[in-house]
Amino acid sequence: MELREKILSLIETNSRIDLKDLAVTLGVTEAEVANEMAAMEEERVICGYHTLIDWEKTSIEKVNALIEVRVTPQRGRGFDSVAERIYNYPEVSAVYLISGGYDLLVTLEGKTLREAAQFVSDKLSTLDSVLSTKTNFILKKYKDHGTVIAKPKEDERMLVSL
Amino acid sequence: MRNPLSSRIEGIPFSGIRKFFDIAAEMTDVISLGVGEPDFDTPWHIRDEGIYSLEKGRTAYTSNAGLKELKVEIANYLERRFGVSYDPDAEMMITVGGSEAIDVAMRAMLDPGDEVLIPQPSYVSYLPCAMLANGTPKVINLKAEHEFRLTEEELRGAVTPKTKLLVLPFPNNPTGAVMEKEDLEAVARVVKEHDLYVLSDEIYAELTYLEGKDHVTIASLPGMRERTVLINGFSKAYSMTGWRLGYACAPKAILEQMLKIHQYAIMCAPTTSQYAAVEAVRNGDGDVAGMREEYNRRRRYLMHRFQEMGLSCFEPFGAFYAFPCIREFGMASDEFATRMLQEEKVVVVPGTAFGECGEGFLRISYAYSLEKLKEALDRMEHFIGRLRGKAADGS
Repeated sequence: MELREKILSLIETNSRIDLKDLAVTLGVTEAEVANEMAAMEEERVICGYHTLIDWEKTSIEKVNALIEVRVTPQRGRGFDSVAERIYNYPEVSAVYLISGGYDLLVTLEGKTLREAAQFVSDKLSTLDSVLSTKTNFILKKYKDHGTVIAKPKEDERMLVSL
Repeated sequence: MRNPLSSRIEGIPFSGIRKFFDIAAEMTDVISLGVGEPDFDTPWHIRDEGIYSLEKGRTAYTSNAGLKELKVEIANYLERRFGVSYDPDAEMMITVGGSEAIDVAMRAMLDPGDEVLIPQPSYVSYLPCAMLANGTPKVINLKAEHEFRLTEEELRGAVTPKTKLLVLPFPNNPTGAVMEKEDLEAVARVVKEHDLYVLSDEIYAELTYLEGKDHVTIASLPGMRERTVLINGFSKAYSMTGWRLGYACAPKAILEQMLKIHQYAIMCAPTTSQYAAVEAVRNGDGDVAGMREEYNRRRRYLMHRFQEMGLSCFEPFGAFYAFPCIREFGMASDEFATRMLQEEKVVVVPGTAFGECGEGFLRISYAYSLEKLKEALDRMEHFIGRLRGKAADGS
């Protein structure tokens, strides 16, 4: 793995890792890491530094839905134009073009069930190129972005062994 | 009433870490760098195969030497990784960890009066196993200035007409030392010259960090295969310590006698573990590489921190241990470790637990997350700072 890929694989699950520690553990200088990261931000290889939050443990209510959308692709622009119309809505958190039984997978984050339902019926379904939608609500997140949501187990090893 | 115990067993001391375990067990907020096993869970696909084997009801004994399927996979692995070939039917047995293999090999090879050369610092079981096998252990004290490698001169200086077996514990616990090909060639010369055998404990073979240089087994050197009992296992490479699974490879004449002891004492290694191990050795290369990379990152971090603390430590290129020198503090290793545990609640193992020549050193394990390491090293730095501060005051 090149330095770039090594950095990415480490910050993917911990974007708050200390730059100095990153450099020390990879056996390079801090400047090299900083330069590489700046370059990757510039090239949009790194598109953001996000947190992973279990909203269930907060006072804020969130409703997450996965919406399967079948659409008519547009001449010359394929799926891009309809995808753009969808992803511009701030309540949409992700849009993927999917192979298989439908075309776009839209993930939606709403405050309430009603808000989510309204988005689907008023905004999404009424788009010209949308043929059909199927909305799935998320009931519980077990694992997200490669991280298990439940508290990790304690170190169960003996304190000393030879 | 008569003494129920044999004088031989009474002559063998307990290992030197009980005390630390007892003190630490009474304390809260203790952070340990004292563990000799990986911190990773066994990769899921391997655990899953273990579970599957239970679901299928594979709960009977296997043959004494172990599952054929597993032995064939291990033979492929040894060929692929280290360029040595063993006949899975006649030259290989699956054991209960590498530990059993050490015991069985010594018992199969030693007669009373036979001398066994044991380089130290090294893992604690060689000496007692040699004694239990009626052999006479002779310690070779390895030196920091040679990065705790065994040199030709040291070996020559220890060989006597009674010497039969040399234990070769590399990559090494507790020092993290490795033996490179040239080092092994020098050892092999002496071994052949004096008609010795080698017990090569290579349990850490997958964990070496010399850029572009993988572990070399002495069995792969010309003329050494017939003189070597090669011991390896799943504990360290695949993070499978609790599964208790290792193996030994040796020429048929030795192996079949080892198997005799194993057959009567053990019967066979755990069946569930053997099925899981098939998956490990067949599809686990990626996991091993990932864990190696992670250990290497921690190793670099640890060395960096030692440097910052001004603690002298040769760079270890194997296993997951560093062996820093603490002579500057004018304390015995045991005292240093005890005080650091009491004052900073950090557990490390005194070098003397691995032989007298470990005096003046500590074994620091980096089988911990970077966060844990950081916290422990902060405490250690604090402790050292206080010791030095005191020394500077002249008090």
